[in-house]
Amino acid sequence: MSSRGFDVRRQTGFTTLALLCFVVLYLPIILLVVYSFNAGSSIAIWEGFSWRWYVSAWENERVQAATVRSVVIATAASLISTFAAVLAALATTRTKPWRGQTAAFALINQPLMVPEIVTAVSLLIFFAIIKVQTGYTGLGYLIIAHSAFCIPFAYMPVRARLQGMDLSLEQAGADLYATPLQVFRHITLPQLWPGILAGAMLAFVISLDDVVITEFVKSAGQDTLPTYMLGQLRRVITPEINAISTALLAISVILVTAFFFLSRTRE
Amino acid sequence: MTTLAETRARATRKARALLLAPAMAILVFAASGPLIIVVIYSFLTPGDYGGVEWEFSLKAWFNVVAERDFFTDELRFADAHLSVFWRSIKLSILTAILAFIFGFPTAYFIATRPKKQRDIWMLLIMIPFWTNLLIRTFAIMELIRNQGTVNTALIGMGLIDEPIQMLFTEFSLLLGMTYVYLPLMILPIYASMERLDFSLVEAGYDLYASRLKVLTKIIFPLVKPGVVAGSILVFVPCLGAYVTPRVLGGGKQLMLGNLIELQFGQLRNWPLGAALSLSLLAIVMVALLFYVRAVSREGESNV
Repeated sequence: MSSRGFDVRRQTGFTTLALLCFVVLYLPIILLVVYSFNAGSSIAIWEGFSWRWYVSAWENERVQAATVRSVVIATAASLISTFAAVLAALATTRTKPWRGQTAAFALINQPLMVPEIVTAVSLLIFFAIIKVQTGYTGLGYLIIAHSAFCIPFAYMPVRARLQGMDLSLEQAGADLYATPLQVFRHITLPQLWPGILAGAMLAFVISLDDVVITEFVKSAGQDTLPTYMLGQLRRVITPEINAISTALLAISVILVTAFFFLSRTRE
Repeated sequence: MTTLAETRARATRKARALLLAPAMAILVFAASGPLIIVVIYSFLTPGDYGGVEWEFSLKAWFNVVAERDFFTDELRFADAHLSVFWRSIKLSILTAILAFIFGFPTAYFIATRPKKQRDIWMLLIMIPFWTNLLIRTFAIMELIRNQGTVNTALIGMGLIDEPIQMLFTEFSLLLGMTYVYLPLMILPIYASMERLDFSLVEAGYDLYASRLKVLTKIIFPLVKPGVVAGSILVFVPCLGAYVTPRVLGGGKQLMLGNLIELQFGQLRNWPLGAALSLSLLAIVMVALLFYVRAVSREGESNV
């Protein structure tokens, strides 16, 4: 039966479906990118190449403000969450089971399990109370909210890196009378670095892309790029939104690809 | 008197607590703490202009499923809510099925590539997944709008005269959610397929099994935990979806997420919104329980 050329891995139609799947995944995004360069204001009829929508987005003051806000929040949230996640990963990896371990893991992973809309609503309620009590209405709420849901994303690559790490180097360091802090600085940290960078990048992307929690937590005039785009939806969609989308897409694609290669060096 | 071991154990515990403190503080403050407040709010009375009155009431929970007729004081089911619950659950299940139909062959395709290529194919799956959900939803919207790419192309080819109304229908939600959550199906199926032992498949063919038999009797049972995991990973975010139904449903096809938002926005019934959120959370938790069981079973089968 197994004549020459019989491929045991082949399943009828699977390759076609898979390739179709890739086309379907990319086609809408590619169209969106292409039409962001459209000279006309249509998103379906091509009228020639132009940068006009990028220029108009660039000159739009609300877009500028939202961009700055998005970057400030994403930077702050990724720094805070990565810092907290690295410490947490050090405490929870490579140790014997301990009391409260399940609770700690549940807490760290909570943002992944609880639907975003539920977290958003709970933060809306909680921060409304604090706003009334303290009168503070700054960006702090958004930064702390973003930091919280970024923690699991920053935690995962660091933990993975720690788990794959060879213990003997650290033991050698300790044998040579290095203090725990010296061992950490000169042996653990340099090996951990790619994981930390990967975690920070992931956290940055996640924060930059967030819509739901930001939409509920933000005070008036605190639009980030995604919530600004969502707000524009009520009016006619212009290719200006496509232009902003394309710029955001480019950032995500670059960071995710970098993340991919960073986490691959582990092997 | 304390021994050296005890002192050391205490030092370890102290160090661990210190290291965990920042993450735990942030998460308690901005993730789990506020959830407890939601529980409290669901038992209060709505305020006139949003917010709450501090008065105990079970009305919000009661209103999730039932309502009292304004005039006749009769009890009846809250059809508006139940239909949203039903639509959310129905569309989430259908999305998981559609994602499986596309995701399973794709995962199989990637898993059967040469080892060096597989990572690149997976990267191609991951890139759309990590790009902004809102942007991907916009992309779908532009595709299926009345003046969108698909309708323009169909009219251009002379296949139809009038644009087909696809946007703001349940179909658009289904399409959009399948599109944005498809990678979540492919990932776990691929993970279990990558470890698939193809000598078993070969054995099947040696025993004169057809391709379909091999697929259904050998491959599928072996990767089933991945399929279960993928289905739940798709089902859960669909159930709580907010952005996709808002953009593609246009306020006409509400899902649970939008119903919850309405209570905090226009309808100003925070306790009901809180009770609806907790109901959503409860359904999600049940689904996640299945997920944990599926994953742990997969772990056992690989020992």
